[in-house]
Amino acid sequence: MSDPTHLTLAQARDALLAKTLSASELTKAHVEAVERAGLLNAFITKTPELAIEAAKQSDARIARGEAGPLEGLPLGIKDLYCTKGVRTTAASRILDDFTPTYESTVSANLLRDGAVMLGKLNLDEFAMGSSNETSAFGPVVSPWRRKGAGGFESARIVPGGSSGGSAAAVAARLCLGATATDTGGSIRQPAAFTGTVGIKPTYGRCSRWGIVAFASSLDQAGPIARTVRDAAIMLRSMAGVDAKDTTSVDAPVPNYEAAIGASVKGRRIGVPKEYRLDGLSPEIAALWDQGVQWLKDAGAEIVEISLPHTRYALPAYYIIAPAEASSNLARYDGVRYGLRERGRDITDMYEKTRAKGFGAEVRRRVMIGTYVLSAGYYDAYYVRAQKIRSLIKRDFDLAFADGVDAVLTPATPSPAFAMGEKGSSDPVEMYLNDVFTVTVNMAGLPGIAVPAGLSANGLPLALQLIGRPFDEETLFSLASAVEQAAPKIEPPEPWWRESDGARP
Amino acid sequence: MSVDSAIVRRIAHLSRIAVEDDEVERLGQELNAILAFVEELNAVDVSGVEPLTSVLPMKMKKRADVVTDGGFADDILANAPEREDHFFVVPKVIE
Repeated sequence: MSDPTHLTLAQARDALLAKTLSASELTKAHVEAVERAGLLNAFITKTPELAIEAAKQSDARIARGEAGPLEGLPLGIKDLYCTKGVRTTAASRILDDFTPTYESTVSANLLRDGAVMLGKLNLDEFAMGSSNETSAFGPVVSPWRRKGAGGFESARIVPGGSSGGSAAAVAARLCLGATATDTGGSIRQPAAFTGTVGIKPTYGRCSRWGIVAFASSLDQAGPIARTVRDAAIMLRSMAGVDAKDTTSVDAPVPNYEAAIGASVKGRRIGVPKEYRLDGLSPEIAALWDQGVQWLKDAGAEIVEISLPHTRYALPAYYIIAPAEASSNLARYDGVRYGLRERGRDITDMYEKTRAKGFGAEVRRRVMIGTYVLSAGYYDAYYVRAQKIRSLIKRDFDLAFADGVDAVLTPATPSPAFAMGEKGSSDPVEMYLNDVFTVTVNMAGLPGIAVPAGLSANGLPLALQLIGRPFDEETLFSLASAVEQAAPKIEPPEPWWRESDGARP
Repeated sequence: MSVDSAIVRRIAHLSRIAVEDDEVERLGQELNAILAFVEELNAVDVSGVEPLTSVLPMKMKKRADVVTDGGFADDILANAPEREDHFFVVPKVIE
């Protein structure tokens, strides 16, 4: 067998069941790929010994005919998911050496189904960021490079964020798939930047229990993978009701994989005119038009729709998400876990601990959140933003009531940028990355990013499909139609790989 | 509405985040940039609109009010920066 890291998750699964490949061989190949990819900084914590041991057990289960749906498949876990006995950092100094004594429900579901964990993936600190530059463990480097007239440029490209480690690791073939989370675009934007597939399911589809909370009414877990089919396979294992999360929904989890390749004939696809922003780059506009044509060719019916409150989604998000974050992050006080700085009294201890433990972007968001929730400002900011959130959701409700099955938009307003290129003087410049994705979290809907082409400078571009609540199946069908029609985007050559000689 | 240095210090204290004197001005500018960005929400007519409380039309699930879990004091204290027996240790809070 040639390099097993070049298999898709579905191909690897089939090879293991056909016994043409063992889980141990598959895992060792990925462990080695991870070891040689230090340059990308995609992992915060690697767990090669645990992975190799888990693979042995998978081989035993396969031999006994007891294979689970993800048996022996090596995955990466975003370091926002608590993992029993394995340090969990949220990419923040404030969690220090926090080692959970419990497993998040979603990662437990993956382990139940036989998955092998390779380690914990880097992210923006507390998932607050769109470039993975806010991690306390250093930025993740995208495996993609910009092409100039004289070949590849030397500038390091961001993988997007907050699930930058997940996206980079999947694109670089360090793992077959990865868990991620999405509060305003943190699955879909990094997937778009790295030529991978990422789906944020409907709010309530996956349990949030054991995932470090950012903004609880917006957070949702989902997978990043290299194909639509692989994402569907992973989501089936991740999803499901959980008594430990009252917002998880008790609805059957369909076999999402069965939706891959299903006909999209007659499906009504809404194209929202408000997403055609002033100054939308011609490259993105052309990609969007191309997506419309692909779905038309596949038999879908395209209708123009109006989502009039779209432009208010991002500003409203930057009130609601920080407000919830300021409340959720109140727990990092230096008492029960994580970092503690000495102070002259308990308040001084809290203030010094949090000043030292939180990075600049987290401090900024906690402070904004505190401000908009404070006496005298609560109605003007927070309540007003929640009213606007109702209007954003109503826009979608009306479109769906009108018979639209899904909405097609670009995933991001631009391809990936280089490190340090955005947001250094004005935080809002970075926030604008999420302009097409954030509406979906505000309305609690499912959204998928699917690779659709390359930019003029050789970086991946993606389209986004937004679905009705709990209709992820339609999104998988439509996304697979786009995947079939789009030019095949091959993952980049492994320029980052350290040679055998360079390894310690 | 503009955030001045007194407001920055007040928000920082409410947030329990220590700020150095030389950070205050820059923080004020950053917070003002964000507040300027959200300013356009004032253009929306929200009269008669209810604030959203749940994205799904669902009732909060309830269960019987009984103890279903517990007995993990060691686990709960396992990551404490400072502990004594089954207690978290903090600086003295009562005189």
